[in-house]
Amino acid sequence: MDIALHADHIACGYDRRPVLEEVTFQLHRGDILGVIGPNGSGKSTLIRALTNILPLSTGRVELYGKDLTSHTARDLSQIVAVIPQQAPIPFAFCALDIVMMGRTPHLKRFQRERPEDVRIALEAMERTDCLEFKDRPVQELSGGERQRVIIARALAQQPSILLLDEPTSFLDLNHQVEIFDLLRYLCVHDHLAVLCVSHDLNLASEYCTRLMMLREGHIYAEGSPKEILTDIHIKEVFGTDVTIIQSPYSGAPQIVLKPGEERRGSADVQMELGEGDVAAFRDATI
Amino acid sequence: MKQPLIFGATCIFLLGASVLSMAVGAVSIPITSVVEVLGSHLPLPISFGPVDAIADTIIWDIRLPRTVLAVLVGAALASSGGVMQGFFQNPMADPYIVGISAGAALGATAAFALNLDIWFMGLNAVSIAAFFCALLVTLTVYMLSRRGGRVASTTLLLTGIAIGSLATSVTSFLLVMGGEDQRRILFWLMGSLSARRWDHVYMLFPYLVVGMTIVLFFARDLNVLLLGDEQAAQLGVRVERVKVILLAAASCLAAAAVCVSGIIGFVGLLVPHLVRLVVGPDYRILTPMSALVGGLLLVLADIVARTAMAPAEMPIGILTTVLGAPFFLYLLHRRRSGLV
Repeated sequence: MDIALHADHIACGYDRRPVLEEVTFQLHRGDILGVIGPNGSGKSTLIRALTNILPLSTGRVELYGKDLTSHTARDLSQIVAVIPQQAPIPFAFCALDIVMMGRTPHLKRFQRERPEDVRIALEAMERTDCLEFKDRPVQELSGGERQRVIIARALAQQPSILLLDEPTSFLDLNHQVEIFDLLRYLCVHDHLAVLCVSHDLNLASEYCTRLMMLREGHIYAEGSPKEILTDIHIKEVFGTDVTIIQSPYSGAPQIVLKPGEERRGSADVQMELGEGDVAAFRDATI
Repeated sequence: MKQPLIFGATCIFLLGASVLSMAVGAVSIPITSVVEVLGSHLPLPISFGPVDAIADTIIWDIRLPRTVLAVLVGAALASSGGVMQGFFQNPMADPYIVGISAGAALGATAAFALNLDIWFMGLNAVSIAAFFCALLVTLTVYMLSRRGGRVASTTLLLTGIAIGSLATSVTSFLLVMGGEDQRRILFWLMGSLSARRWDHVYMLFPYLVVGMTIVLFFARDLNVLLLGDEQAAQLGVRVERVKVILLAAASCLAAAAVCVSGIIGFVGLLVPHLVRLVVGPDYRILTPMSALVGGLLLVLADIVARTAMAPAEMPIGILTTVLGAPFFLYLLHRRRSGLV
């Protein structure tokens, strides 16, 4: 069976305000499905819906043919691992402690971590290139280092489905590429099914086997990066003029932004905002 | 591993402090006599010879229960505080955060004001009313914070503050109307271990055993809960269920401690932080260590409370607060620089 996850006409939202509607798609093993779309289009909500955090108002989600809601939280966490956008961690756990938490779904209550669990955790850290700071408190790590620890934790769960919510938004270029290289490796060699919400259209285009473009809670288009990333689609969904070129390495479509013709100067903007807004913004930044 | 070493060392310190605590007081008893009295009550093969009857009474009937109670109260408050800090993902949380202290104060004051004369298992009306009011207030806070089967930690925190203030104002009203009992009530509210007997120990002990067992049982889940509810759920923790159980266990621990000793502040806030600095934040180690250190701290505080102003006795709650408040400020300061 190749279909890992099947969402069938799902809809959900907060306090009866619908965020996602009529969303239907399939996630295959070995695929990296990129979910793209502007802010507020329902990308992060989709991940919460797929992990049973946010109950569906209609539709159903199946994991390997079995309804999502019939899984216990523990079963589910052995199949699906989630890498969140940002992970604040109070108290000084060291990096290895955090990765070991990924073994939670596989341990019984009171069962101590076996040497095997430590080995799996260390391997996961090796893969995300964070083994060198395994004994350091996570608070001391940079945003990028911390994110690699979180990804290692997800790998330590040994899932067959990986859901990522903008995993590279705090990473430097080299680590962005490394993380996506790793995702590709996991898809090809470990046959994982990966769903990745991404803001970075060029990265998504380069690495994802399929793309799903969301607009206002609906699927606007779905297909290969070549089919999805067209100047017309981008203009319709993001409201931005772009030119599409081909990557000289892979031939994947890459987006080149077209600067607006008449950019307003900062003085104009300040006048429109009013002094209160500017002051509030200044306070928030400081 | 250094952890068993730290654990063992703390146990020895606790034992030493306890023996010292039984030696000092209005009548000074040499430590050798303390050991003799204790030994004579234990089924040991060695004989200690005749024991002084007065020393025996002072130690076995007065000072030992008081010392044991100090250990148990300290352990209950410290382990409860550790859980609350994890539960609220907030290093400033303490065992009283969901209204335990306000509820207990209200119950105790009401029992004083109504001049209730009920005894139950050797405990008077004040202790019993404090216990039930503490749990009642906590339950109210919990029910009011519930939205669609979920309890958000921030809502719980704020509801706790609101309901706590309400209970405190009723308490103040009763105090103003109370007349002559005011001094007694105030003394109780400030927390004290004076004149506590074995009955108080019997009251607290089962709560401590059950509460600690539950907390240890869910220690790993508590670690994962520190990542936030959503991530904990995605790591297979049944978040809502675990939270209800942990809140109930921590509340019962705190309420039972308050019921026998009054409101002793800052132990539950301070101890888990101290312990975290030494053994790290893992609740599987943090909880038993906090219990030990909490017991140790309270035994030491009680020695000071009894001797500093002898023959008068200082309410132990004042002492722990004097010690705890500067530490709290220090934590706040560190938190601003992002280290806690």
